[in-house]
Amino acid sequence: MSPLLAVERLTKSFAALKALNGVSLAVEPRERRALIGPNGAGKTTLFNLITGHLAPNGGRVLLEGEPLTGLAPHAVARRGISRSFQRTSLFPRLDVGENLRLAAAADGRGSWNLFGSVARLAAPRARARAVAEQVGLAERLAEPAGRLSYGEQRQLELGVALATAPRLLLLDEPTAGMSPEETQHMTRLLAALPREITLLIIEHDMDVVFSLADRITVLHYGEVLSEGAPDAVKADPRVYEVYLGTGDEG
Amino acid sequence: MRLRALGFVVVVATVAAFPAAFGVYPVKLLQEILIWGVFAMSLDFLMGYGGMVSFGHSAFFGIGAYVAAFALQGSPGALAGLAAPALAAAAAALVIGFFSIRVSGVYFIMLTLAFSQMFFAYAFQAAWLGAEDGIVGVPRVVVLGLDTAQPTAFHLYLVGLVTLAALVLWRAVRSPFGHVLRGIHENEARMEAVGYPVSRYKLLAFVVAGTVAGVAGALYTQFNGSISPDAFFWTTSGEALLMVIIGGTGTLGGAMLGSAAFILLQSLVSSYTERWMLILGATFILFVLFAPGGLVGALRGRVGLHA
Repeated sequence: MSPLLAVERLTKSFAALKALNGVSLAVEPRERRALIGPNGAGKTTLFNLITGHLAPNGGRVLLEGEPLTGLAPHAVARRGISRSFQRTSLFPRLDVGENLRLAAAADGRGSWNLFGSVARLAAPRARARAVAEQVGLAERLAEPAGRLSYGEQRQLELGVALATAPRLLLLDEPTAGMSPEETQHMTRLLAALPREITLLIIEHDMDVVFSLADRITVLHYGEVLSEGAPDAVKADPRVYEVYLGTGDEG
Repeated sequence: MRLRALGFVVVVATVAAFPAAFGVYPVKLLQEILIWGVFAMSLDFLMGYGGMVSFGHSAFFGIGAYVAAFALQGSPGALAGLAAPALAAAAAALVIGFFSIRVSGVYFIMLTLAFSQMFFAYAFQAAWLGAEDGIVGVPRVVVLGLDTAQPTAFHLYLVGLVTLAALVLWRAVRSPFGHVLRGIHENEARMEAVGYPVSRYKLLAFVVAGTVAGVAGALYTQFNGSISPDAFFWTTSGEALLMVIIGGTGTLGGAMLGSAAFILLQSLVSSYTERWMLILGATFILFVLFAPGGLVGALRGRVGLHA
């Protein structure tokens, strides 16, 4: 079976800095893959190259064998790749339901309707309610996103990414800045996601990584340092040296 | 909701019946308020809902005005008075929007301003458009057997079209498209990331706003019976911008209120002093400092209806 996502020899430079240097990886359908590495390893850059937010200097990205290179972010999203952001990116003055409904309606032609009624867009509204349930915000549908607590905003951040019904979900540090309780809550939400959604997740919290991931890819200075099942990666002395042992992963 | 609809009907009926109780000058002022109100509402659709602050909206007002003036001299029907100006403004908005929406913020302001000033420079010199004098002696339109050269007929025709324009924009900001526009205003990058081709939505919003501005321009020509290059000048855009801000950005009713406040203040103060611009400027500064939500924001605050 061909992988859902294939990244082939991807290279990206910012002026003199080589952020990614020939990174290749393949994520199978239904897999949950964690992407770890010290700050500056190129993890978010890799996300930005997959989603079309950045253009690579070399290499390519394939979704089910189809190249995504050159597509704008909205076009990549429509192929079934959704992402959450490390720095929360919501519609602060719109309520939770509308945040989710906008994301759920992104692929529909109905959004071009200049004279129709939003109330008639039944499918996106139903999807918004279902996702709110999924991320634990069902009671908060009418609350403006900007008034939610930080933890709730992170839940909504996940919800907006989920509402587009993606096949592949890229999560950029979903527990960033969370308290231990909030982190546990988020980990449970992620663990409960349906397996149909393939996950690629950047995370610094090793408890979260080891409880979720089927496989782990370690990036270091823009190159793949190690890749394998969690136990194998944990036992890899190179990983221990550059990352797990040094304690500067913050 | 039902109360709102009733209020709207009462306002329209009052405005329509206004000439029965008032003389020629107040009626002229009211008509000017209505036309500028449509223009200001179209700008508010773009900036208050779409988040695109344009300083070149006069381009579409001017195009609508000139096309109406030119076409009405040929044949004074609805096609010449309304359809042709609206289509011309829409086409111009498609072209200007195509280039302008690629940039945002100050660059968007500058680019739209530059386009409108190009139209001004051309209209000011083109002999076939009457150069700096513009086009005078434009006949009033005849629609559905109604000759709007007759004052009552013109008033009803105007009130009908202004009501239609207001309803169209009101419907549009509440439509699925209007909601997408608000999402773009709130967070353009996230809208793009969830799958909206943001620039195409912005372009359609720009064309809708430009088309309605073109209709306002066409009505302005019919109101005055003439049009001059000033219609294109940046002050035309600036005045609409002031109306939107005074009335309350992001509220269509506010744009109409802002138009009323602006024109009444202008007519009131200018009858006492030549320095009415000074008074207007001071009023504007006070509004921005003390009532950033504009007239609508201040009224809502008073009755406790926070937006």
